[in-house]
Amino acid sequence: MQSTGPDESGHFGRFGGRFIPEALVAALDEVETEFRKAMDDPAFAAEFDAMLREYANVPSPLYEARRLSAEAGARILLKREDLNHTGAHKIRNVLGQALLVKRMGKRRVIAETGAGQHGVATATACAYLDLDCVVYMGEVDTQRQALNVARMRLLGAEVIPVTTGSRTLKDAINEALRDWVANVDDTHYLLGTAAGPHPFPAMVREFVAGIGREARAQSLETVGRLPDAVAACVGGGSNAIGLFHAFEPDPDVRLYGFEAGGKGVESGRHASRMSVGAVGVLHGARSYLLQDEDGQTIESYSISAGLDYPSVGPEHAWLHDTGRATYEPVTDAEAMAAFGLLCRTEGIIPAIESAHAVAGALRIAPALAAELGREPVIVVNLSGRGDKDVQTAGTWFDVLDEGAVQS
Amino acid sequence: MSGESSAQSASVAFGKARAEGRGTLVGYLPAGFPSVDGAIEACRVMADAGVDVIEIGLPYSDPVMDGPVIQRASEQALAAGFRVADVFRTVEAVAATGVPTLVMTYWNLVERQGAASFARDLASAGGAGLITPDLIPDEADDWLAASDEYGLDRVFLVAPSSTDRRIAETTAACRGFVYATSVMGVTGARAETSDAAPALVARVRAAAGPDSVPVGVGLGVSNGAQAAEVAGFADGVIVGSALVRCLLDVEPATGRAALRDLTADLAAGVRR
Repeated sequence: MQSTGPDESGHFGRFGGRFIPEALVAALDEVETEFRKAMDDPAFAAEFDAMLREYANVPSPLYEARRLSAEAGARILLKREDLNHTGAHKIRNVLGQALLVKRMGKRRVIAETGAGQHGVATATACAYLDLDCVVYMGEVDTQRQALNVARMRLLGAEVIPVTTGSRTLKDAINEALRDWVANVDDTHYLLGTAAGPHPFPAMVREFVAGIGREARAQSLETVGRLPDAVAACVGGGSNAIGLFHAFEPDPDVRLYGFEAGGKGVESGRHASRMSVGAVGVLHGARSYLLQDEDGQTIESYSISAGLDYPSVGPEHAWLHDTGRATYEPVTDAEAMAAFGLLCRTEGIIPAIESAHAVAGALRIAPALAAELGREPVIVVNLSGRGDKDVQTAGTWFDVLDEGAVQS
Repeated sequence: MSGESSAQSASVAFGKARAEGRGTLVGYLPAGFPSVDGAIEACRVMADAGVDVIEIGLPYSDPVMDGPVIQRASEQALAAGFRVADVFRTVEAVAATGVPTLVMTYWNLVERQGAASFARDLASAGGAGLITPDLIPDEADDWLAASDEYGLDRVFLVAPSSTDRRIAETTAACRGFVYATSVMGVTGARAETSDAAPALVARVRAAAGPDSVPVGVGLGVSNGAQAAEVAGFADGVIVGSALVRCLLDVEPATGRAALRDLTADLAAGVRR
């Protein structure tokens, strides 16, 4: 593991830590201890690796998108996490944590989900490894994402609609934390992103860091050198930290994270925590968050459910403060334009989350080309596929026939 | 130290109850529910009916340690426009009853204002201190310094899952009392008191030694009989959801009458 943080008490500079009820400290200590032991155990690494290869279709290819590159004025290499089993990078994290659950001898797994992608991934891992699975999902989201609710049930999970607060992702996390406090003896909380209390940000990063390790080696192989920049979308931040981590020690590789700019940062309808948020504490960690003057959480907004979260993983807050990574907002409109372009030039329908990363790469390409005096190489994490977003995109581009089936 | 709170520490109320050979009753109600003035009125009812220490909850958008009753009350307070600054007015009015008054709050609301600034405002309102359900001493450097500067109580939580070492360290960091959560779970009335609670209290006393702050037990207590049972092994009995429920979905006057009866029942319980 790279020694880029966190420190022993789980802090990335002033960020991270553990802002949680005392009742959870023992469980977090247990997760941390078992995780460290697993990391030192070649058998764990071998088993995780085999699961990823045989079951999850990892390593994912690094694909040179030639027609998109021509449009972008940059050599764009797409890290095809959309080709993984369940269609996103998330399978890496859930398989890693589920394997750890087996090691800890626990039987019950709980998870939160927004649009349902992490819920489906968790239900998948639990079916695969014979674990009981309960997924908390905001009631509003269960209605918006009925097909994902059905997917989770098909995979044997129980889906519990959350009816408190705003009835969306942040409330699903609150409810999962409440469940965990009450059932911590036999239950693991399989958090879906590189956020939350220590050791989750460091542990989730480790499980998804293959994205960057593979992309780094594949870039050397494909273009004979490291990329000039890597780009990812940032919701909670797991796909981005998974891509960034292997490149952090490479000073010439620029790290770009693209947050949801929603309807524009000035509209107040966005999830641009690092552009306009302030430092605070939510869901167990100190980071940047959307909050009002009093410290009450402000609800975020994005056309993309996976980026629609009022806080962000603490390591991103730290990379933002240190200047090692650059974070910019990408609006719904910019993301959808990139979505359409990728569909038409490459025959790839991306997740709308990932379309934010493509849009960001298109934005930074001209300045980067000017700075370098040559065509830049940019690795873009195509973190997920867009099947789940066809309804949204179809409506956006007005290509849905009337009476088309609701997804 | 000019800003030091003039309020009595909660430990004074615990000491008085102990001298009378009984348990201490700690009652919780959220600020701003059903309104700022309504909450003040309700706290006065509790003071009048025999509560020894009052905890005023600070409504927060993401209360992960609270069950449905307190969540609903907090949501209603926020929906009605409650602002954090309203809690200082609430504390000032309630502390004027002479009952030591603490604020129970999730940490972000304090961090947002700044720990020192929050402590200053709380002290000048006559508040006794803070109970912090999602702040562990490991992360509390700012609050330890601010509470020292303003002479405020700081109440951290211990749980059945806490190691003896953590219990000793956490209790040593407390001033006023230590909050022992009787069950693994969130706030809310339960039909039976927990059998984990006596064991936890014994562990706190063993780990923290004879100079330990008093031990209050919370989570799940809802009537005089349960209060009597808990007062049999702990220094204090902390009641929240059962009191809040008196005020949910009823006319304020009806709610206050129910609140008065329940507080009196609980106060009798800690004297059994």
